[in-house]
Amino acid sequence: MLELALKGSKKYWGWVIALLAVIGIGFCAYLFQLKIGLGITGMSRDVSWGFYIAQFTFLVGVAAGGVMVVLPYYLHDYKAFGRITILGEFLAIAALIMCLLFILVDLGQPMRMFNVIFYATPTSVLFWDMIVLNGYLFLNTVIGWNVLEAERNGIHYQSWLKPLIYLSIPWAVGIHTVTAFLYCGLPGRGFWMTAILAPRFLASAFAAGPAFLILLCFIVRKVTDFDPGKKQIQALAKIVAYAISINVFFLLCEVFVVFYSNIPEHKVHLQYLFAGLHGHGALVPFMWTSMALMGLGIILLVNPVTRKNESVLIVACIAVFAGTWIDKGLGMISGGFVPSPLHHVTEYAPTFPEILVTLGVYAVGFLVLTVLFKIATSVKEEVAA
Amino acid sequence: MKKSRRTFLKIAGVSAIGLGTGVGVKPVLNAFASSEEHGQTKVELIKGKDALTAKRWGMVIDTRKIHSLEDLEPVFEVCNKLHNIPHHDNKNHEIKWIWEEKFEHAFPGEYKYLNDRIKHLPFPVLCNHCEDPPCCRACPTKATFKRESDGIVLMDFHRCIGCRFCMAACPFGARSFNFVDPHTVLEESDINKDFPTRMKGVVEKCNFCAERLAVGKMPACVEASNGIIAFGDLEDPESEVRKLLKSNYAIQRKSGLGTEPSVYYIV
Amino acid sequence: MNDKNMIITGLVVFILIFTFPFWYNMGKAAPVPEPKLTEKAKAAGTCVRSAEYMRAEHMQLLDVWRDTVVRDAKRVYVNENTGKSYNMSLSNTCIDCHSNKEDFCDKCHSYASVDPYCWDCHIDKSKEEK
Repeated sequence: MLELALKGSKKYWGWVIALLAVIGIGFCAYLFQLKIGLGITGMSRDVSWGFYIAQFTFLVGVAAGGVMVVLPYYLHDYKAFGRITILGEFLAIAALIMCLLFILVDLGQPMRMFNVIFYATPTSVLFWDMIVLNGYLFLNTVIGWNVLEAERNGIHYQSWLKPLIYLSIPWAVGIHTVTAFLYCGLPGRGFWMTAILAPRFLASAFAAGPAFLILLCFIVRKVTDFDPGKKQIQALAKIVAYAISINVFFLLCEVFVVFYSNIPEHKVHLQYLFAGLHGHGALVPFMWTSMALMGLGIILLVNPVTRKNESVLIVACIAVFAGTWIDKGLGMISGGFVPSPLHHVTEYAPTFPEILVTLGVYAVGFLVLTVLFKIATSVKEEVAA
Repeated sequence: MKKSRRTFLKIAGVSAIGLGTGVGVKPVLNAFASSEEHGQTKVELIKGKDALTAKRWGMVIDTRKIHSLEDLEPVFEVCNKLHNIPHHDNKNHEIKWIWEEKFEHAFPGEYKYLNDRIKHLPFPVLCNHCEDPPCCRACPTKATFKRESDGIVLMDFHRCIGCRFCMAACPFGARSFNFVDPHTVLEESDINKDFPTRMKGVVEKCNFCAERLAVGKMPACVEASNGIIAFGDLEDPESEVRKLLKSNYAIQRKSGLGTEPSVYYIV
Repeated sequence: MNDKNMIITGLVVFILIFTFPFWYNMGKAAPVPEPKLTEKAKAAGTCVRSAEYMRAEHMQLLDVWRDTVVRDAKRVYVNENTGKSYNMSLSNTCIDCHSNKEDFCDKCHSYASVDPYCWDCHIDKSKEEK
């Protein structure tokens, strides 16, 4: 089926070549990083994780979001989603590849990455993260490819796929729970040490993933002959509405717990993020923008009139995606590290080379996504014909 | 045509396996043969006869003996020199094994009517070599580990992949990362040849001078502290540190977290 | 077949690239490396283990050394046949005798094109070009 990705319009090839160019530039930036070290990034002794890990955390959520299409279809027989499960699975594959690449570019000694397998340490959450991420990548690749191929050949998919599909549903919840467990079990980090971190990660994942999928559906409708379907998009939009509302509710729970108890160790991180601390407040405008975007997303998605209007829906999905990206991609990491365990404030901002590497990894993900979606939509067009 | 391609692949596969086992085995057997010959040499890997041993190394810092930063500067300097700790002008990349903090930073909390002496006193802070270290739980390769023989939390620079999970896990901010090659800021003439430098991309921290303990010497900071820092076996009731802890009130950093630091401060 | 020319061109290019190492280095065979011993090494007579063993196994030996020193708190290597004990240290024991890295270690490493990362940390870099 890969040959389907080799036939495309001029626009398709133009997009692919543009992505390859960005990948090339990102790769050169990464070579620069390999030579000099992670010192070319904005990370510091106090903020030892930055943009790369933040993107990884956010993208695990987007990958897990694919389950929101698989679950209703396979567990509850919501037949409408049968049209688009493959899109959710392929989005998960692209997101997971980006996650693994972001972890790789963040390592200080990447040539030693197999030490995690040679010297396996089950007490380390990072070990389990490696297992669940690669496992989910494997599951989605095997399931997606075989189901699509069966659809192309006009037959039912092989029966041995069924248990794998059922496995992928709790596994999706698993990948984001394990990623949350990276953070919420660390005794020195008051911002992350909350039981609600894993549920909050999942809520924001189920908002960001399907929101992005809706946007992709609109693009697919525009550039191919395959229409994912009005009913499908509306169902996804309702899922995003619930998920983003729950995410904001969880956030407000955290705000209450932190400020009503008035405990400095916990208060101080939210203070830094939303009001600034000791004169440092680089993230304040971003955090409030994120709140506004998520609030806007809730209003536009919960109200059926605005949700059914597809142009407004697009705006709402962009708002939800951007809002959750700032919340997880910027706020989560910096908020946890600032102030440091010794109560010093060291701010973090990504540097230019760091952004280039990040864009390079995103371009790899988008290339994988483009190729996979080209294949999926070509098959759907073939079958419809 | 399909049939002959399949047959060709089958034959190729079987030949590959045959070649592999037949031809491939011989060199492997040869390698074992050579090591068998030299396996006649018996070797033993042991501790040096002067090595200091303890069930659990610990430290007691008597802050009553600290009058100003000048008392602590030789302590920091000797550690930095002995261990080739690079001094980075860029504060983001700084590497510190032992350094000073004010009380409100070493023991975070709200202290409205804090005693003036304590408020302005420089406290030396370092890795606490906890009994239950969260950094060791976090490390995915056991590159940082707690040595069973003596309780020191060590770094294996050969194995560290530079993921910095241990840095996130440490509740005391005791760890530093080599963001760049330390040789870019180290003066070659200043390097202590007896202790290796590190490479970029690995985490480092205080190692309780394990290399000095192995040859019968006390940690450098202890020797340079002029009596401020006492060092010994926390599990030996007759050791200096236990005697100090018995007769003085001493506190630990963030003791509520349950990591059980091995470094105590008499205030 | 219209593609015949393309295929043949492609094959020729492939063969050229694939055999590059052979024809590029034609006539330029590097001589067999001859590591030189320092006076101190000659005076010592024998290394930690026999020369044949060291030639074949010094990498594995150093691996065992580094794990034993760092992780097991044991620093002394006793060769029971010769009765000698050594401090298990690349920089302080090996390099102490074999202080001529360029004429000893590097000779074989360059020939075999290996680049051990030990030297990132365990060497006095002032003695060699950065």
